[in-house]
Formats: sequence, structure tokens, C-alpha cells
Amino acid sequence: MAYVKFTEDMIKTHKILVPNMLPIHFKLLIAIFESKGYNMELLENESRNVVDEGLKNVHNDACYPALLVIGQFMDALKSGKYDPDKTALLITQTGGGCRASNYIFLLRKAVERNFPQVPVVSLNFSGLEKDSAFKVTAPMFLKLLYAVLYGDLLMTCYNKCRTYEINKGDAQKTLDKWQKKLGDIFRTGSNEYTHTKKLYRNILNDFGNIRLSDEKKIKVGIVGEIYVKYSPLANNHLEDFLISEGCEPIVPSLLEFVMYCAAGTFNDAKIYDHKTMQSEIYKIGYKLIYSKQKELIKVMKENGKFEPLHDFEHLRSLADEYINQGVVMGEGWLIPAEMASLAQSGVENIICTQPFGCLPNHIVAKGMSRVIKQNNPNANIVAIDYDPGATRVNQENRIKLMLANARR
Amino acid sequence: MENRYCLGIDVGSTTVKTVITDIDKNIVYSKYQRHFSKVKETVTEQLDLIRKNYPNQKFSVSITGSAGLGLADSAEIPFVQEVHCAFISVKEKYPDADAVIELGGEDAKIIFLTGGVEQRMNGSCAGGTGAFIDQMATLLGITADELDELSLNAEKTYPIASRCGVFAKSDIQPLLNQGASREDIASSIFQAVVDQTVSGLAQGRTIEGKVLFLGGPLHFLKGLKKAFVKTLELDSEHAVFPDDAPVFVAYGASLYASQSDDTYSIDELVSKVKNARVSDNIITGDPLFASQAEYDSFIDRHKKFDLGYADIRTYKGGAYLGIDAGSTTTKLVLITDDGKILWHHYSSNKGQPLDKIANEVKTIYENINPDIVIKGSAVTGYGEDLIKSGLSIDFGIVETVAHFKAASYFCPDVDFIIDIGGQDIKCFKIKNHSIDSIMLNEACSSGCGSFIQTFSMAMGYDIAEFSQLGLFAKHPVDLGSRCTVFMNSSVKQAQKDGATVEDISAGLSMSIIKNAIYKVIRANSPDELGKNIVVQGGTFLNDAVLRSFEKELGRNVIRPAISGLMGAFGCALYAKEHSDGNSSIISPEELHNFSYISKSAHCGGCTANCQLNIISFGKGRNFISGNRCEKGSGKAKKNNIPNLYEYKYNSILAIRNQNQPKNPVAKVGLPLALSFYEQIPFWHEFFTSLGFETVYSEESSREIYYLGQHTIASDTVCYPAKLTHGHIENLLDKKVDFIFYPCMSYNINEGNSDNNFNCPVVAYYPELLIANNSRLNSNNLIYPYMDLNNRKNVIRVMKDALKKYNISGKIPQAVEKAYNAYNKYQSDISKKAEEIIAEARKDGRKIIVLAGRPYHIDREINHGIHKLVTSLGMAVVTEDSVANLAEMPELHVLNQWTYHSRLYRAAKYVTTQPDMQMIQLVSFGCGIDSITSDEVRNILENGGKLYTQLKIDEINNLGAARIRLRSLVAAMEQK
Repeated sequence: MAYVKFTEDMIKTHKILVPNMLPIHFKLLIAIFESKGYNMELLENESRNVVDEGLKNVHNDACYPALLVIGQFMDALKSGKYDPDKTALLITQTGGGCRASNYIFLLRKAVERNFPQVPVVSLNFSGLEKDSAFKVTAPMFLKLLYAVLYGDLLMTCYNKCRTYEINKGDAQKTLDKWQKKLGDIFRTGSNEYTHTKKLYRNILNDFGNIRLSDEKKIKVGIVGEIYVKYSPLANNHLEDFLISEGCEPIVPSLLEFVMYCAAGTFNDAKIYDHKTMQSEIYKIGYKLIYSKQKELIKVMKENGKFEPLHDFEHLRSLADEYINQGVVMGEGWLIPAEMASLAQSGVENIICTQPFGCLPNHIVAKGMSRVIKQNNPNANIVAIDYDPGATRVNQENRIKLMLANARR
Repeated sequence: MENRYCLGIDVGSTTVKTVITDIDKNIVYSKYQRHFSKVKETVTEQLDLIRKNYPNQKFSVSITGSAGLGLADSAEIPFVQEVHCAFISVKEKYPDADAVIELGGEDAKIIFLTGGVEQRMNGSCAGGTGAFIDQMATLLGITADELDELSLNAEKTYPIASRCGVFAKSDIQPLLNQGASREDIASSIFQAVVDQTVSGLAQGRTIEGKVLFLGGPLHFLKGLKKAFVKTLELDSEHAVFPDDAPVFVAYGASLYASQSDDTYSIDELVSKVKNARVSDNIITGDPLFASQAEYDSFIDRHKKFDLGYADIRTYKGGAYLGIDAGSTTTKLVLITDDGKILWHHYSSNKGQPLDKIANEVKTIYENINPDIVIKGSAVTGYGEDLIKSGLSIDFGIVETVAHFKAASYFCPDVDFIIDIGGQDIKCFKIKNHSIDSIMLNEACSSGCGSFIQTFSMAMGYDIAEFSQLGLFAKHPVDLGSRCTVFMNSSVKQAQKDGATVEDISAGLSMSIIKNAIYKVIRANSPDELGKNIVVQGGTFLNDAVLRSFEKELGRNVIRPAISGLMGAFGCALYAKEHSDGNSSIISPEELHNFSYISKSAHCGGCTANCQLNIISFGKGRNFISGNRCEKGSGKAKKNNIPNLYEYKYNSILAIRNQNQPKNPVAKVGLPLALSFYEQIPFWHEFFTSLGFETVYSEESSREIYYLGQHTIASDTVCYPAKLTHGHIENLLDKKVDFIFYPCMSYNINEGNSDNNFNCPVVAYYPELLIANNSRLNSNNLIYPYMDLNNRKNVIRVMKDALKKYNISGKIPQAVEKAYNAYNKYQSDISKKAEEIIAEARKDGRKIIVLAGRPYHIDREINHGIHKLVTSLGMAVVTEDSVANLAEMPELHVLNQWTYHSRLYRAAKYVTTQPDMQMIQLVSFGCGIDSITSDEVRNILENGGKLYTQLKIDEINNLGAARIRLRSLVAAMEQK
């Protein structure tokens, strides 16, 4: 299909809008692209009009993340804040068997009708859309990986500190400081980001210095479809709600999803005898990422104040108790693995977020909760559907039921 | 503490309950009251009452309930979740209970107390609650209590979709229109609620032991109680209906309150409730009318589109009767030779369309000038067939044709018609004076007329009054544009946030419009609709709805004054055009003695064994409904029109008995479900050639579905997937040695696509089955992962899977044979398709490509739609049989699923064949079809073809499908 391509010239002339999925991480990722000369902006528009634009522009049976991401773009383009002749849109493309791989096409359809000149750029690691001037090179990929690691660390520290902080705002201040500092490092193209251990320790120490109360709070794990799980726009600010209910939200790291994707490729190769050059490269890539994850876990353990990330190999072995690692559409086997891992580490209250009617989640989320409860009798799992029509009251009431169970 | 009292306040979606307990936890006071959405007022009222009884008393307090959540937050009164409340009170009063079922206004809950405490609530998409029962009662024009009375005299129950209120409604409506008894429908409604609770909530856990039933509906409705007790097979000792059930949750709240030392006086509470801060996150739109003047000019503008009238008592000459037997309403129009109106009638059919219409015709006869001759009559709508045979009407026409006729009368250049009726939304685009495309609402999204009606009643208003309120609302609430169930909770939230009834009324009108434009029409801009738009249907008589439509479009539209009667008017016009001067309509004398007897029977014409409903009008005139094909109707004989669905299905069934070994190595069970509908030729050959006996599950049926219902993990998954659970149970009952069901991320690569995935559900369903059916284990379910594109992989995987049978050496050859059998089967289907096409062309028949998935040949999934197509004189082929006849068209989507890729090629092929049209079958809940359907529509419409989509679910009523298909035929004839 013919669509507006993102050309070399546009790198200089165009501002690339980025949907807001994971604010902490995405700000760092953007800094990396900025160091390469791209001009990017993270969208923060959240009004009801975002949903309305989504409803207007996307098939209403398409899943909620598609609807929101596209709605957010259309709302931004129509706001008048951006010159459509000098704006491009960035969207991730996973390329799996889930319908999410089609977001970019749905977005292009929507954009084409209203702003035919606006190019849509694909961010993917599967070699899709090779003719775009928007490229992720191997060194950049490595940098992005570091950004994810830092983002995960910041997110973990921040969520804990803002739950327990005695002086309101301490956590936010520390987060802002590091967000800026890391952003600057990436933006300037400095190599300081490779000094991981030092930076990790400094971050941990900074957050560790925040005065926390020793109040006992209920820990609530959040798993689910990647966009709804992380995006406050999609999950009605779930983390904030949990904190206001006196809980500590535990959000699994983004790195787990990255590693799940990498593992998927060489797992598939093994299961279906598809061994290729690419799957071998992924295997090497995976090993590299895993070593980075282990390094972060080690530093976090040394510090001892924050719950370290789930060791990914451990997650894989947990998955094997419930489901085959061949289940790779959507979040696949990662969801049951994360639920089991949370339950095992004492986070027995789990919210599984998903777009209404999410296809893979029939299997990997709702389909697996029975066995997870069977093996973890204290697991208290609630599945919450997100949808343009689902109301906050309805969702909050169900979460409150889960919390009543937790407090019992 | 002395004299300590605790107060529990339960604010549900429809009622407020208060309970006071003393220090010994006895209930000393309780009150139950409907709040009609005036939450704060009702709570205050109840508090005032309490003050009278307990002056100067202080209370420990807690609030519970879905509508209490917001109130408690903003009034800063302790809140406790309602299911937890029930848990607390059950523990106190019935410590030996094993399970609790509570139905509320809009929620359904279940608590398992023994064997691992678990508390559950219905998800966000689930009817089957008190509000659902109210809605159904409204549909029948009676109160919930009357519904209950009726149900006690039922003779049988019909299957009614239990998942969602809207679905059930579209099941019930046609039953009503076909004359099913109201008693039977009433009890079917209760049974649907029970099924919903058992399957939707219990999800794999058995409800047994001592069961406590709570909540208003389960307290007041005897029929519902009966249905629960019967379905769960409980005796009186194990089914407990506490006397204080309605206030049981409030009781729990008061017990919860007793844990706190904080106390409040009633004055404090009243002021807290009164001053509860209204949250500001409510989203509102502009008023519909800024001023009275604006409203007046709007009214004047629409007055222009009216008809002439003539007096039925003085007019002389010919007259033509048009009847629209709609889903909830009955419309009649009698016109003169020159199109003036002699008589018109519009009313709710109260679930008895035949009686209503017969009565109205009687009234016409009583008033009519003897010099008027009725020269023709025509009927349309859901009740068309029934009315046509009951009253000997001359013509039966499809609704779309009737509406188009009527609209052209007012606006000869009309290019877009939208009709919002009680139950459906119909839109059609007109090109070159013929219907070009038709859009109907799918069963899920009927934000239609009856919805506003039910709503206004729930809020204590009549419909006219309620919609009038919205006209000058200052801040109409944005309620979203999804289905009824969702809108209910949106309204609940708006109320919580302090929206007025006026704002809600206007908001509902806007929701209906947004639903129609964005969900049904799927328009991206008003220009897409057309220049000359005619709106009609009873719902548009509502000025607030009409205004919302014009506002959303940003352009004026034509609403004829007889907006609600357009179908009937179109019929009258049709009768006039086609009349030969004489009408066969029932005479006044015959009508005087008009009566009928309704009875039920089973068809027995084929294995489907349809439940028939036979209405006899005497003199051998019968009307039969409930049949899926013509066989049962006693009219036509079985047609011989070629039908590839039949052929494919029979081919698959025939394979089952081929080459079964005499001394089998073992018995392998293969479920007749999902991907097996395509892979049976493969696996049958594979296993039998290795000496295994293959055992298949029985053909799908409602019974098969019920068999596995308790192991369904996700209530929103598609029906084909849900059926699989029953097939597995069935195979386990057949005592096979193991069930074989492979997992496959990839399907066969048929070329021309970006990838060849299965959808996630088809790919991994065995994972879900083993996790949710406790009878399955890794010995009796073999579910290896493999890729059929890679023979080596299949050989390796199967060697491993069947290791214990020591047949490794034979496997490569068996795999080879399996591929050959699969290819042979596929080419046989293609060959048969060619034959069918040739035969149809010889007979001059149109050909329909009924496009879906391999498993859509399952009769329980397609509900016989293919037979409906052949009954209209068209031949049927499948998507896979013609997909290889065309190249892949240029697409605007990622083309990465094997089954779906066929749709695109088949659609492309259809555009090259003048005598073909395509109908896409979409299973409800299929997320992937949200992508394919737009693309298929694109391909077809760009190729000058019509796009027709039929959504199918567990409902086996083909009323809506029939209208669609007949409209398609009408449109094809005009082309």
C-alpha cells in the first residue's frame, strides 16, 4: 500500500509525536533519538476527546490501546498545536500474531483521511518497513536497552518511595532529578550511560535517602496487556488509585517484555525447527540483555532497599509450570509467569489489566488464573477490563473487592 | 460502650437500604427503598426517618454498594465493598453456608465460603441482573412482579442468550413476534439469569452444599428462586432464602461499622451527605438548544415535512393498508389513492403483535366509510410472516425496501436513510435510486429506542416527559457510545458525580446518535453520509435525539412528521403500486371471529430437531416458526440448490468412519471444533494409518455447549471457542485413551501474505482447556506445538508425542499420507465449488460466497444461515474454495493470518464475478474481524459489490439475518 514515507529530510524538518505509554521510560528513549537529530515530543493530552477521536477513527471493536493511541494522535493533530506539514507520528510495531501488529495500519487509515501529508513511522525490531529513514541502528538499540534498564530502576524506586514517603513530593523530586540527569546523558550522546553500576548505585542511594514510613501496606501487583498495564491514560491512573487506597503498586519491569520478545524468536525456532540467522542473533542478543538484567539485579540486591527485578530465567522456569513458552502472541506466557512470580514473592494481590475482549488474554490471563490460584492458594487475582465504555466506578469497585479480600 | 448502635447504609444501583443493629448484633431497624437515581436525596430521606425513631442517638456508620462508593468518598464516611459486606453478614448469621449468590440491580456476585474462600463479581459486560429483569419486563409491557407470576405457569423454556442483556433482548423479541407464550418467555428469562450466574460467575467452580440467596430479585421473584433451586439441584435444606435478604448487605455494613469507634449523629451524617463534594471529572457537552427561539425555529423547519390527511368516515375510493410489525412497536397506515393519510396508528406491541394488529384492523373496519375499498395491503417487520398469514395480507416486503419507498416519497433525491427504531438501527446509502449499502446495528450495540424507554421508566418518568427534559439541559453528560450495559454504568457514574436528570436525558440522546454514527454507520465525517438525509423511526420523533443528530453531523436533515410510521407508509405505497385492484385481507366478518391457538412441537425433519411454534388460525391456516430451514414450515420442500457449506460439513463427518483399524493401537479423541474443521482430513489419515482408532466428539449442539459451560474461563471469548469445552467433555465421557489437540502459532502458508498465523484463540486453546478442566491432564491430553509448514518439524514432534507407542519408524510415512489426504480434501472442495458455480450459472442463480472460518460450517455456529441463503434461491460457496481463484488485492492492513487472508482473496474474486456477492460471517467477540471486516468491505465496495456482514453468536434466531439477506436480495435485484 502506498503511504507517506518518512524521508531523510524530515529528520530535520519534522517533529515526531510519541504516544504516552510509559512516561518514565519514554522520556529517556526520546532523549536517545534526539541525540541522533530527531525532534520528538511525548504526548500528554488525556482529555475525553482522546477517546472520542479514537471512537471516530478506529473500528469500535478494535482493542482499546489502538483506540487510545490513535485517538491521542488525532486529538493532538487537531488541537492546532502542531503544524501537520511538519509533524510525523511514531508507533511501535511488534509483528506478532496478535491484532496489535495492525495498529500502524489502523493509524495510517485514520491519518490518511484527515492529514494525508503526515507520515507514520514504525518503531520495530523485526525489520518491518525497511524503506523508512527512521532507523534504529545496532548501537542505538543498545542505548535504548540501557534506557529501559534505567527506566525500570527509576519506576521501581519511585513507586515504592511515593507510596511510603513521609514528606510528600520527595519521590517526585528525586525522579525528576534523575529523569533530567539521565535524559541529558542520552541527549548529549555522552558515554556516561555505560557506567551502569555507578549510576544504579547513585539512583538507589538517592531514592534510599528518602524518609519512608514503616507502615504496613498491601502490595498489589499489576500485570496484563502492555499498554493498559503501564499507560495511566488507559488504566485510569491505576497506580495513583492504588496508592490513594493505601496500597503499594508493584509494576513488573518493561525489560521483561523486551526479553520476552527476544526469547520468543529463538523459542519459536526451537519449537518449530525454524532455526535461522536471525533467531541465532536474537539468542546472542538475549544473552547480552540477560547479563545486563543480572547486573542490575545484583546492584539492587546489594543495596537491599528495593525489591529487585524478576530474574528472567526464573520467570521462564515459572512459566513452564503453567504454559508452554510457545504461547507468544500478545504478552503470551509472560503474564502467567509474572503472576506466579509475584505470588511467590509475597505479592499475592494481583490486578490483571486488559483491553476488553483481548484475544491472547482469554488464554494467558483469564485462562490461567485458575491454575495459578491452585498452586498459590493465597493469590488474590482480579481481571479488570478496560474499554472506552467501561466506567471508573465499575473498575474501582472490583478493585475494592479485591482489596477487601486482601485485608480479610 | 453503652447503648451502642451501628448503622449500615447500602446504596445500590436502584435502591437504598438502611439497617441499624444493636450491641448484640441484632437488627433493630431496617428500610428498603428505590432511589430512582436520586441517591443523595433518598439517603437523606432515610436518615431523617432514622432521626425520628432514634433522636439524639449516635451511630457507628459505614456505607456500601456500587452507588455508595462515590458518596462515601466525597462525604468522607467509611466505605466497605458490598461483596465483603455480604461475606461479613453471612459469617455472622449463616456460618455453615457453603456459597452465596447475590443478585443486585446491576451486579451479580458469588461467594464461595468452603474449600477456599473466593468472592467474585460479574465483569463489566454482563447482564443477568435485576436491571436485566426489569428491562425484559418493560419489553413485555409488564412489571417485574407480573413477569414473576407469568413464569410460574410456564410449560417450557426457550434458550435465551444469557451473557448480556442486549443479546437476550434480541432473542426474546423474535420469540414474542412469533407468538411464543408470555409465560414461557417469562420463565426463559429467569432461566437465562440462572445460566448467566452459573457459567459467568462460577467459572469452573461447582456451586454446591448450602447455598444462600441474597439481593432484591432473589427475594421477591418466586420464579427466579425456582429456577435457581432447580438448576443447582438443591433441596429446601440447602437452598436458603433469608427473610432479610434485601437488607442483608446493609446488615453487613452495620456489622463492619461496629469495628470502628467513630460515631456520628444523624445531623452530622445528613450534613456530610448534603455537602458531599460533587466531583468535577464529569464531562459535558453543549446544550441541545441555547434558547427557546432556537427550538421554535427547529420545530418549524421540521413541520414542513408532513402529509395530507383525509377523513376515513367521509372519503370515498380506494385505500391501501401498510403494516409495520416492528420489534417492540406496531405501526399501521391507511392511505388514499393520492397518498393522503386516512388512519394511522403507533403503539407498543406489548409482546403481542398479532393481537394488537388484529384489534387495530378491527377498529379501522369499525370506523371506515363503507364506500372505501381496501385494494391492497402489505406488511413488513419482524412480525411480517406471522401477520401476513394471520390476517391474509397481500404482500410481505422487507423493511429496507419499505423504508426506502417511504423516504423517496418525501425526498426523491434521498441518498442516505437512517432509521432508529425500538430495537434496531438501520441505515442505507442510496446510489442511482437504488439501495447501495445497508448497515444494521449488531446485536451488541443496540443503543436504540427501547433503551431510552427502559431508562426513563427506571428513573420514574414516562418516555415523552423524559426526553423533553433533555431539550434544554445545560450540561448534557457524555455517556460514551457503547452498549446498553455499559451505558447503565456510565449513567450510574454520572449520577454519582451529581448530573441532573435533564443532563442525563440529553446525554442519552447524544449517546444514541454517536452510537449510530460511529459504531453502526462507521462514518468518519458527515460528508460520507450524503447530502439528502432522511431520518425516521420512532426514536427520531424524540426532538432531543433529532437535534443531537443534526448537531453531531453539523447539517440539517429531513424528519417526516410520520417519522415513526415510515415502514408502514412504505408498505402502503408498495401495496398501492402492486395492487391488482383486489385485496385478500381478512374481511370484517372473518376478523370478528378471529382467534388462534398456539402450540409447540419439534420438527424432526433433520437432526437439528428445531423447536417449532405452531399457530393455527382455523380453516387449516397455520403459521409455523422456530424452524431454521423450510422443511419444518410445511410449505416448501427441501430445495436442491447447491450449498458448499452442507457439502463440506458432510465431507468432514463422512471421514469419521473411514479406514478405522480393526485392532486399534489406542483410541485417540479428536474434538469437532475450531481448527479441526479443516484439519480432520489430515489427522484422521495420520492416526488411522498408524493403527489408531479415531473417536470424534458429537456434532455441536446446545447440549454440547452446556456440557462444557462450567469450564469456560473467559465469558467474552467467541462462541466457537466456548463450544470446544463441551467437545472435550464429550470426548472424556467417551473414554478415549487420549485427546489429541495440537497448538500452532502458524497455520499453513497459502502464499501472498505477510505471515500465516492462527488467531491467538485457535493457536493456543488447548492451553486454556487443560488449565480449566480438572479432568484433563498431561496424559489424556496431548497438545504438542508444531508447524504444519515444516514436515520435518511435524515428524519430529509427533515422534516425540507418541513415543510410548513405539511407532517412531512409521511416523514419516503417516505424515506423508496425512499431507496427501489434506491436499486431496482441499482440491475436492475446490472442485466442488467449481461444480456449484457452474450448476448455479446453468440455472441462472446468483451465487453467494459465505465467507467465514473453517469452523463456521458447524451448524451450531452458523445456525443454518447457509440454508437461509439457499432458501432465497441463491447458491452458496465458501471463502476457502474460491480464495485461490484470485490474486491478493492491495491491502491497507497487515495480512498475517491464514484464515483471514482467504477473505481478502475471496472478496477480490467476487468483485470479478458479476453474479456473485459476498456475505461475511463474523463470530461475536472476534477481535481480528474488526480488522478484516473493514478491509473486506473496502475491497468489495471498490469493486462495485455490496458488503453484508452477519454477526453470529450463541443465539439461534435468524430474524435479523433474514432481514439482512432479503435486503441484500432486494438490493441485488435493483442493481
